[in-house]
Amino acid sequence: TLAERTNLAGVRHILLVLSGKGGVGKSTLSTELALALRNAGKRVGILDVDLCGPSIPRMLRVQDSAVHQCDSGWVPVFVGQDKAIALMSIGFLLERPDDAVVWRGPKKNALIKQFVTDVAWGDLDFLIVDTPPGTSDEHISTVEALRPYHLLGAILVTTPQ
Amino acid sequence: AEAAELRARLRTVRHTVLVLSGKGGVGKSTFSALLAHGLAADETKQVALLDIDICGPSIPKMMGLEGEQVHQSGSGWSPVYVEENLGVMSVGFLLSSPDDAVIWRGPKKNGLIKQFLRDVDWGEVDYLIVDTPPGTSDEHLSIVQYLSATHIDGAVIVTTPQEVSLQDVRKEINFCRKVKLPIIGVVENMSGFVCPKCKNESQIFPPTTGGAEKMCQNLNVPLLGKVPLDPLIGKSCDRGQSFLAETPDSPATLSYRNIIQRIQEYCEQHHLQEEKIM
Repeated sequence: TLAERTNLAGVRHILLVLSGKGGVGKSTLSTELALALRNAGKRVGILDVDLCGPSIPRMLRVQDSAVHQCDSGWVPVFVGQDKAIALMSIGFLLERPDDAVVWRGPKKNALIKQFVTDVAWGDLDFLIVDTPPGTSDEHISTVEALRPYHLLGAILVTTPQ
Repeated sequence: AEAAELRARLRTVRHTVLVLSGKGGVGKSTFSALLAHGLAADETKQVALLDIDICGPSIPKMMGLEGEQVHQSGSGWSPVYVEENLGVMSVGFLLSSPDDAVIWRGPKKNGLIKQFLRDVDWGEVDYLIVDTPPGTSDEHLSIVQYLSATHIDGAVIVTTPQEVSLQDVRKEINFCRKVKLPIIGVVENMSGFVCPKCKNESQIFPPTTGGAEKMCQNLNVPLLGKVPLDPLIGKSCDRGQSFLAETPDSPATLSYRNIIQRIQEYCEQHHLQEEKIM
């Protein structure tokens, strides 16, 4: 669709932040990387595809924000000191922050596809995709949905043990 | 018919405890392993540890069972035994190499979890402990659904003190309420660190919003205990040894033992109440 071709067309590089393991600092790194790149003058976006445990909104102090739609899809929330980092997370779609997203794979897959193709990112130098732990639905769907675009590669995060 | 099959297989299980979190890396598997060891210290009790983390199975390594394979018999799959009274099952035992990635979507994961419950010959079990992956998704929905064939005494929810963990754990507590899973209580891991040299205590993961204690107060859920950070815990896990047995004098061991006792008491009381009703 035209929307699919335009929403990510302006994104120069897409980076995935992965681990197999939970709690090693993926979201922390994604956030710090975004802030550092922004500081270096780059246009940055973050896509948080951790549907069960979205951590990025709180890390950027926008946990109480809401998203709305425009003609080309969802408008991301703009965060950071100069409100110039674009962020999309399921955290913004929850009615209450403690609501559990208790979804099976197919429903998660559908939302991830939407997150990848229906967010009006605009022109970005870097889109950082933060993922949940594991190698399952979210990961398969994200990689499949991103395949037609400029997927630079993955950064793998671990701890020493 | 499927439900009847599961019910028949799980009829010989007296108590079932789920170990959950919303958050990854807080110590679910570590706690599950130590809970299993702690309960199995009583040689008259038969303990079963089921690892349903299909993508990141940690239990085989933590129990010193890496490289073990599952054997089939006439009565089903055999658990891998650590002790005579402590049997373990994990997808880890089905992999040809420990680095093989299990890249499965939800339905396939659910299928394996059902097999673990239906086809493993657990025998007479006093305690079935189920270690789960982080989140509130297929594995969690499925285990609750399949275990409704027997009954679940309750869930132990593991967290660390910082808000980034607690915000996921509150979701997990809501999940339990949604699916009517009783909550035995919350365990706060990595709760402070006492330097072995200078004995000063540091908060490595500061409880900026009051930690598990405040969350439990707010959500009216029992706090089972707090376990301090001890580098020897991770070391024992890596080496597949029981931290409780290797480091009996650590403050962390004392905390774990207290928590394990509270869980045991909860299960026994639960059982007595059920017997009264029956």
